[in-house]
Amino acid sequence: MERLEFRFAGRPGTPLSADGEALVGVVGSGNLEVMIERADLGGACEASVDTSIHGFGDTWQQVIGDFVERRGLANIRLSINDGGATPAVVMLRLDQAWAGLGEKAP
Amino acid sequence: MIPARHSFLEATARARVRGLLDAGSFREFCGPAQRRTSPHLPALGMPVAFDDGIVVGEGTIEGRPVLIAAQEGAFMGGAVGEVHGAKLTGLLERALDTRPDAVVLLLDSGGVRLHEANAGLIAMGEIQRAVFDARAAGIEVIAVIGGRNGCYGGTSIVARSCDRIIASEEGRLSVSGPEVIEAVEGIEEFDAQDRALVWRTMGAKHRRLTGEIDEIVADDIDAFRSAVAAVLGAPRPFDLDALEAEHARLAGRVARFKGAKDAREIWAALGVNDPDRVSDIEADEFNRLVAVLEGDRP
Amino acid sequence: MKADAAPATPDISSTERLIGTLFEQARLDRDGALITGVGEFDGAEVAILATTGRTYIGADVALAMARHVLDVMRDAPGRPILIVVDNSGHRLGRWDELMGNNGCLAHLTKCLYFARRRGHRVIGLVNELAVSAGFMALGMATDACYALPSAEVRVMALNAMSRVTKVPLDRLTELCATSPVLGPGVENFTRVGAIRAVWSGDLRAHLRAALAEPPAARDDRRDLGHERGGRALAREVAAQVRAGA
Repeated sequence: MERLEFRFAGRPGTPLSADGEALVGVVGSGNLEVMIERADLGGACEASVDTSIHGFGDTWQQVIGDFVERRGLANIRLSINDGGATPAVVMLRLDQAWAGLGEKAP
Repeated sequence: MIPARHSFLEATARARVRGLLDAGSFREFCGPAQRRTSPHLPALGMPVAFDDGIVVGEGTIEGRPVLIAAQEGAFMGGAVGEVHGAKLTGLLERALDTRPDAVVLLLDSGGVRLHEANAGLIAMGEIQRAVFDARAAGIEVIAVIGGRNGCYGGTSIVARSCDRIIASEEGRLSVSGPEVIEAVEGIEEFDAQDRALVWRTMGAKHRRLTGEIDEIVADDIDAFRSAVAAVLGAPRPFDLDALEAEHARLAGRVARFKGAKDAREIWAALGVNDPDRVSDIEADEFNRLVAVLEGDRP
Repeated sequence: MKADAAPATPDISSTERLIGTLFEQARLDRDGALITGVGEFDGAEVAILATTGRTYIGADVALAMARHVLDVMRDAPGRPILIVVDNSGHRLGRWDELMGNNGCLAHLTKCLYFARRRGHRVIGLVNELAVSAGFMALGMATDACYALPSAEVRVMALNAMSRVTKVPLDRLTELCATSPVLGPGVENFTRVGAIRAVWSGDLRAHLRAALAEPPAARDDRRDLGHERGGRALAREVAAQVRAGA
């Protein structure tokens, strides 16, 4: 297993407007679970990834960074347990997680 | 218009729970945000899951309070480890405090999680005792089987400790997995690749015909929901008379079918005219067949 | 050769020897690997439910054992039951699965549960071996399960476990040295709380103490597992879920 930690600037200074979390996906071969939580990170976004496949830190950083930027996220914590998913599957789950969090918005 | 089916088999544990409960009624205990993950899997280089492969909580079905658990079959084959098992035990024990109309267990499991084998096995014993404690307190415990892993190993023993079992045609219920029997006893005893044999021996229809499963439904979350709703708050007798009756039933079966080699012989003896067709018929037709065999004509 | 040497002495199994050590006298019936009967202990009668020869618990064996428990409940209310556990697990075979052995094992356990509720003290003692479902349906269905020091309890042998989990055998063996949840053995099962204690030395003294001990008001095996460092989380997680948190 490899543990990766990332921090993205997000939108610095944004206050936390709501809380809540969503979980999508299931950990299995070629699949992953993504938990998305609102947390007061001063507008930043954080991601931690536990993956069974070593040596793909740059790819993770890029895929998650793209997601954060594309969605214009702030104060979001992403926690990922990965069983060796492809970047396409990761992207899909990230979008599903964001949609799941939206369903739970107040 | 034919209503769309939502496959129970294909759904995740969370989707099954959502589909069975009244919309918005679910409250999860020990949820993923608490990160109660297995302390044992990382040592073996295995990824963990934030809910350790099981969702537990409470909600309502047609307005009636239930406790519910759903094993996630896609994570470690739904196998029971320390945290996973403790969540099930705690849920069943909660029933003693909150007295719901039922505890509903959506089982989808190969049994004990070998990566934490000893903790998983003792957990099975604890879960089973908690099932009995709930039943002794008059609370119904319903097992639901319709996932990809079926219900094997210790989980199969837990299932048969419950008041009743509802399964889809795709459900399987057995203590040994086909591969294990083949590996230990040889391919002559059991060919695990012979899907028809697996199905005849361990499948839900065989279990229904022999009285091990109470109801067969189509692979549809709504069908499961209706079947569970129909029996809520109707616990089976849990006393010495019921135990003697169960014994007579099981002992009668084992004596009657002492030399049986194949399920089709058993089905024929039970009055099924065309045993070879049983595998092909859908839940509705199968249930009509069972009703006729049980002398309970619709 | 064997027949010539001692025609009058039948083979005595280790289970029967153990029973002989524990009781002043015992009346036993043997049917294959199943041994049932009544033992006299300190002048009181104890029902005996035992197997021998590391047998496999098939559907028929499970039901025969259940019948014995039902008979004890009917004929001798309150009589303690000693289960001498010695099995290689449930029987692997097509017939047993056709019969629904899982249901038969559940039924056996349910009978033992009823016996406990009706005031029969139910003690387990693992003699040679207890494996997986054979431990679940017997050893874990007791008020308290003990083991002899030479006994083995396991879910699966390590080499088979290595094949199924795809974790190399040497890695598994190495982890077993430090993890009580992984490897076979009475000590590990004691640490996780499944075995209450190991009986060595004066076995009769152990049995006397076990029979005298009042049954726990609730399932305390998680507490034992926690105290003994075998299961760090089970107690806490179960309590949390029970509290609805």
